[in-house]
Amino acid sequence: MSPGSDGKFWRKPLDYDKLEIPQGEIHIIKERCKGCGFCVEYCPKDVLELSGEFNTKGYHPPYVVKENTCVHCGLCEMLCPEFAIFVTEKPKEEVRKVES
Amino acid sequence: MKVVEAVEVAEHPMESILRMDRIPHIWCPTCGIGTTVTSFADALERTEMPLEKICVVSGIGCTGRVAGYIKLDSFHSTHGRPIPFATGLKLANPQLKVVVFSGDGDLVGIGGNHFIHAARRNIDMVVICVNNFIYAMTGGQVAATTPLTANTSTSPYGNFEQPFNLPHLAASCGAVYVARWTALHVRRLAKSMAEALNKKGFSFIEIICPCSTIYARRNRLGDGLSLMQFYHDNSVIKHGANTAELDIEFQKRIIVGKFVDRERPTFLDSYNDWLKQVLKDKFVPYGGANAH
Amino acid sequence: MKADPKGVLTGEHYLDGDHACAEGAIAAGCRFLAGYPITPSTEMAERISERFPYVGGIFIQMEDELGSMAAVVGAAWGGAKSMTVTSGPGFSLMMENIGLAAMMEIPCVIVNVQRGGPSTGLPTLPGQADMMQARWGSHGDYEIIAISPNSPQECFEVVIEAANLSEKYRVPVLVMTDECVGHMTEKVVIPKADEIEIYPRRYTKLSPSEYLPFKPEKDLVPEMVKAGDGYKIHVTGLTHDEKGYPVMSWEAQEKLVRRLVEKIRLNADKIVHTEEIDMEDAEVVVLSYGISSRVAIPAIQKARKEGIKVGQFRLIIVWPFPEKKVRELARKIKSFVVVEMNYGQMFYEVERCAAGNCPTILVPHGGGWVHDPEDIYRAIKEAAK
Repeated sequence: MSPGSDGKFWRKPLDYDKLEIPQGEIHIIKERCKGCGFCVEYCPKDVLELSGEFNTKGYHPPYVVKENTCVHCGLCEMLCPEFAIFVTEKPKEEVRKVES
Repeated sequence: MKVVEAVEVAEHPMESILRMDRIPHIWCPTCGIGTTVTSFADALERTEMPLEKICVVSGIGCTGRVAGYIKLDSFHSTHGRPIPFATGLKLANPQLKVVVFSGDGDLVGIGGNHFIHAARRNIDMVVICVNNFIYAMTGGQVAATTPLTANTSTSPYGNFEQPFNLPHLAASCGAVYVARWTALHVRRLAKSMAEALNKKGFSFIEIICPCSTIYARRNRLGDGLSLMQFYHDNSVIKHGANTAELDIEFQKRIIVGKFVDRERPTFLDSYNDWLKQVLKDKFVPYGGANAH
Repeated sequence: MKADPKGVLTGEHYLDGDHACAEGAIAAGCRFLAGYPITPSTEMAERISERFPYVGGIFIQMEDELGSMAAVVGAAWGGAKSMTVTSGPGFSLMMENIGLAAMMEIPCVIVNVQRGGPSTGLPTLPGQADMMQARWGSHGDYEIIAISPNSPQECFEVVIEAANLSEKYRVPVLVMTDECVGHMTEKVVIPKADEIEIYPRRYTKLSPSEYLPFKPEKDLVPEMVKAGDGYKIHVTGLTHDEKGYPVMSWEAQEKLVRRLVEKIRLNADKIVHTEEIDMEDAEVVVLSYGISSRVAIPAIQKARKEGIKVGQFRLIIVWPFPEKKVRELARKIKSFVVVEMNYGQMFYEVERCAAGNCPTILVPHGGGWVHDPEDIYRAIKEAAK
């Protein structure tokens, strides 16, 4: 019973009411970034894109294009070779619920 | 109740395990070694071992620089010799957990002899071999792991030598834990590293890792991201696969997974057990060589 | 501090030089030895492998000498008093990691039981042709200490002296015996443990936040730590700063390598150890070391009987070379006669220090046998003219 490509469920899961998708706050340490693109490529929610701005080393760091979409999966933090991006969990009060 | 958020200090959670006074590191843009270090930091959190007892020993090369960035007792030894260095370190103080974190050229090229003997003896250590198929630091010479036909600076017309199959080598020499992942498999890699850290004996983890500036560029494969995309599309997880079938051909599918997880007495256990058996009460069991 | 009585085989023994070295190692507190078999040094490793299980030590026969020396360096960081033993071809293989030990300032002892060279040479016969290699064998600028015993009794004592000097100066110390001394059996008197002085490892008392791995004390030697004590050090073979971090600059090189070299050179007077016999009125001085010093004795006695004022100046610590004393002697005496089992190695040091103030005559020997005392006697006569 996985969501279709448009994010809507075909049938509501039985524990739907208890389901709380976490939301992440992305922190980008722009000066460390070397523009490799791993985080952009592998974010499952396509939250990041490489920005047009330059850091002092001449690379394009990423930026968040889709606000409130990060689900705190941590892949960007784990994949980054430069230790330049990490995610913290947004407090529960601000977490959105998935609409059926 | 709205939680007042602290001013963003932008302190990366890994900073406690990194030597921040040496960051930024020297690795190229889109090099995968930084990613393997992140996986290692994750593994260190998963293991319950006290961090003061964990030592990292590296050799020479791009991956050899890993020891210089990790905030544990870390040692940057000579080319090919991190394994015997780690053997001495471990035997001097068996309480330590020694991790050898080095490259393919260093560990199985010049260091090949030490690799096979440490595995044979089952010295208690974790060997993490970052395999980028080339001697990157010195400019991209052919390595014992370079796939057939690949272009390197000392095989400018394509490599004609059959490369090693590292999991097969490690398993046949007696390693008790053998796994292979790519730098992209961050979580599975961290889990493997944690398993290896908790395991007694010679554990070997091969990490297929992108080398952007040298291997990818010389072979017109794009950059590190292209190689990561290649790993994404062409790696197949086969736990417990027959290690003889794990050869890597140039830009063909890569089989990853955990292949060996067995028990064998370690060198030190064998030493103590055997001599206790043979010398009985006269034997003074070895627990460390604390010099004063 | 005194030696651990568990390791001291007090009493009178008949041991050969290799075995005496092994006993010296155990008495000195060595509990880790990584070695590789090579004639004529193997007996030391064999005895160690027999004795260690009784004293709580561990011996590992590594896959080659490269691994042996790397393990010795690693073990020192783990807190062990580590040693290894080898001969010519193995000594050559150990060179890179002896350089690492010098760079990381590791206290360790390497016993080289010299044999005929070069290459495979004469595995079962003596030589003294590794003396310059002891000093200059690894690449780059560094200093080591090298000691040359001339009897099994001295082998025992010298290994302890080597261990003590290595701890005091945080430097690899080489014990340069030869196949003759290594394989000759003589009486060795091992004293009681409380009569053996051991120089303890210079562990720091500073906390991890204050401690800098390569910050020298007044005598140019930094304090040491061991892995696992929470200091989280980083050490490297690259040129490094006081924190141990690699720094690729000529300033760092100047600061570090100068100190590595000066810590021995400026302390040389405290290290030098020689033996002088009949030197008060000597006009001819026979300078030798190791087995050759014993072979020179009948020649010296014969010359003395004929009225030639000849004395013996024996090097026990060969490196650092006793420059001051040799320079002094060169101004007083008629000539040096250098007796060594090679085609001229320490000879050049003597000649350099004599600086033309007196001639230096070499009595060479290719190795494989000891000198004929007649050749030495003839050289003494020549020198006395």
